[in-house]
Amino acid sequence: MSTVTTAAADRDDRSAGGGRPAHRGSGRRRPRFGRGIRGNEAMAGWLFVLPIVVILGLFLLLPILMAFWVSLTDWRGQGSPFKSGVPFVGGDNYTHLFTQDGLARRDFMTSLRNNFYYVLIVVPVQTALALGLALLVNNRMLKAKGFFRTAFYFPSVTSSVAISVVFLFMFANSGAINGVLSWFGIDGPAWFSDSRGLIHLILGLFGVDSAPAALNDGGPLGLSWWEWLSGPSVAMCAIMFLVIWTTSGTFMLMFLAALQSVPVSLDEASELDGATRWQRFRYVTLPLLKPTMFLVLTLGLIGTWQVFDQIYVMSQGNPAKTTLTPAFLSYRTAFKDLDYGEGAAISFILFVIIIVLTLAQRWIMRDRDEPRRRFRWLR
Amino acid sequence: MATLTTTPNKRQPKGLVTTIVGYAVLIFFALVFIYPFVIQLTNSFKTEPDAAGNPLSPVPNPVSTAGFERLFDGDFGLWIGNSLLVTVVVTVGRVFLDSLAGYALARLRFRGRGAVFAAVVAVMAVPGVVLFIPKFLVLNQFGIYDTYAALILPLLVDAAGVFIMKQFFESIPLSLEEAARIDGASVFRTFRSVVLPMARPALITLTILSFQGTWNEFPHTLVAVQDPNLFTLPRGLANLVSGSLGSGTQYPLKLGAALLATIPVAIIFAVFQRYFIRGATEGAEKG
Repeated sequence: MSTVTTAAADRDDRSAGGGRPAHRGSGRRRPRFGRGIRGNEAMAGWLFVLPIVVILGLFLLLPILMAFWVSLTDWRGQGSPFKSGVPFVGGDNYTHLFTQDGLARRDFMTSLRNNFYYVLIVVPVQTALALGLALLVNNRMLKAKGFFRTAFYFPSVTSSVAISVVFLFMFANSGAINGVLSWFGIDGPAWFSDSRGLIHLILGLFGVDSAPAALNDGGPLGLSWWEWLSGPSVAMCAIMFLVIWTTSGTFMLMFLAALQSVPVSLDEASELDGATRWQRFRYVTLPLLKPTMFLVLTLGLIGTWQVFDQIYVMSQGNPAKTTLTPAFLSYRTAFKDLDYGEGAAISFILFVIIIVLTLAQRWIMRDRDEPRRRFRWLR
Repeated sequence: MATLTTTPNKRQPKGLVTTIVGYAVLIFFALVFIYPFVIQLTNSFKTEPDAAGNPLSPVPNPVSTAGFERLFDGDFGLWIGNSLLVTVVVTVGRVFLDSLAGYALARLRFRGRGAVFAAVVAVMAVPGVVLFIPKFLVLNQFGIYDTYAALILPLLVDAAGVFIMKQFFESIPLSLEEAARIDGASVFRTFRSVVLPMARPALITLTILSFQGTWNEFPHTLVAVQDPNLFTLPRGLANLVSGSLGSGTQYPLKLGAALLATIPVAIIFAVFQRYFIRGATEGAEKG
């Protein structure tokens, strides 16, 4: 008896340490009980999963179907959308967003543009920062490793709303950020009321202050080329700072875990061979980090298309709609403009964008030894 | 050639320089990551003119608790109460229901098990932001919009938790369960008295992740309730801020509210840090 409990305790300790084997096939070796107990097991099995099946079915699967129906109607929030009086409009809510010139399409395309620039900057920067911090923290000689790891990771676990409030204060006109900028003689912008695009600002440095005629008239999908090429607005940059600051810590932990599994001997061997620090990083460490890199990039890609909380708290899509994102637009269209059909259509398009990105990642990673992921960021 | 020139003696000063530069960079980033919390803490104890005039200063001058007093004169106590209620109920529910389901999916043989597990995995891939309108529609249809049930029920289980528990139960040895079953214990009894006690580390991880996730949850409350009496802390805080967007007023009060929203998670993080880190890196480590 005592030997059994010790074995169990050992097992307990080991799994507390983190790594545990998870063979795909290990679930296959199962006890063969008698028929009676097996029957009992089948009933118990269904009883055990019943609560999650019911709740996920009622509050996830069913609602998605309901929302799909609503996206085909012009329901305005009066009564139930499933009664006969609700006007059915077919695919109109979808075609409004793509083919029909009007406010709906302009707003939707603006939100796609904003989110695209946001993804374009946040994903590479947070990945590079996370990798850089992980390399620094992983240094064998470093003291107080735990302190730095904690410091970088802590922002990731705090409330997005609370931290948005803090950043709103820091990015205020005479706030902390502009205070620091003034040490260097820089007159900081009025962050959250500045709708100027970054690319426009850079062009302005070269004397291009307004749209050249060629770019101003005409452009695809209801926005002029000049508008498409604006770059993220100054206000959006403040939100990007916040998001990079919050997410880098989590991704740093992932890189750190991968780095710790790189054998020290490999690094030492290449050092003896006379490889420089940069060569060791480029040709030894980086290739070993490839699976983690892919994971971090996709989680980043999926997460950045879902930005919502920060937009809601900090800017509500303002100024001049330059921080409008599809997620926030769908919320606003449904709950503020009470156009639930249009709002639902926008969320389904966003859904498709995210699923396509996820599948693209699966496809790229199809043969690789993919690290098991926590699915927190997929939600 | 290169190996000859990099003898230990010559490398010593160079190594020292890199170490110093390394520490400098690390300390710089540690400041960048920690200082916003210092700003949050100290400015919540400042007077309004002081917070507006010296936002960077880590010393409130004079120290003022006016922000906190005004906060508690308002609805703040109510928000905390609602947040605690929702968080506790959801966490208890998730830990219990997720581990039941995880155990069934890992160990019990029943028809449809594969399909249920596939559905759980599929659910995990559904991005949360596309569920705003769907959730509102279903709560509205069931007539529970704007109730505590709306705040709690949809969050009561989470697919990721089921997944974590299933992985864990698959990793623990079968022998004890078999012994209990042969002795005639029922499935539930075996689960409760034999399996759950062994699952302590996974249960702690799940408890912490649920607590943190629910305490911080914002968008769900946005589409589930609109009655100010049902606001949770993040919802109340967001309302407080977006009400006076752009104006620099009342910052000590807002930062104080943000601070109080951060503290519970900070305490749990400090105590159970290794579980947080395990939760986050579970994926990156060799599975």
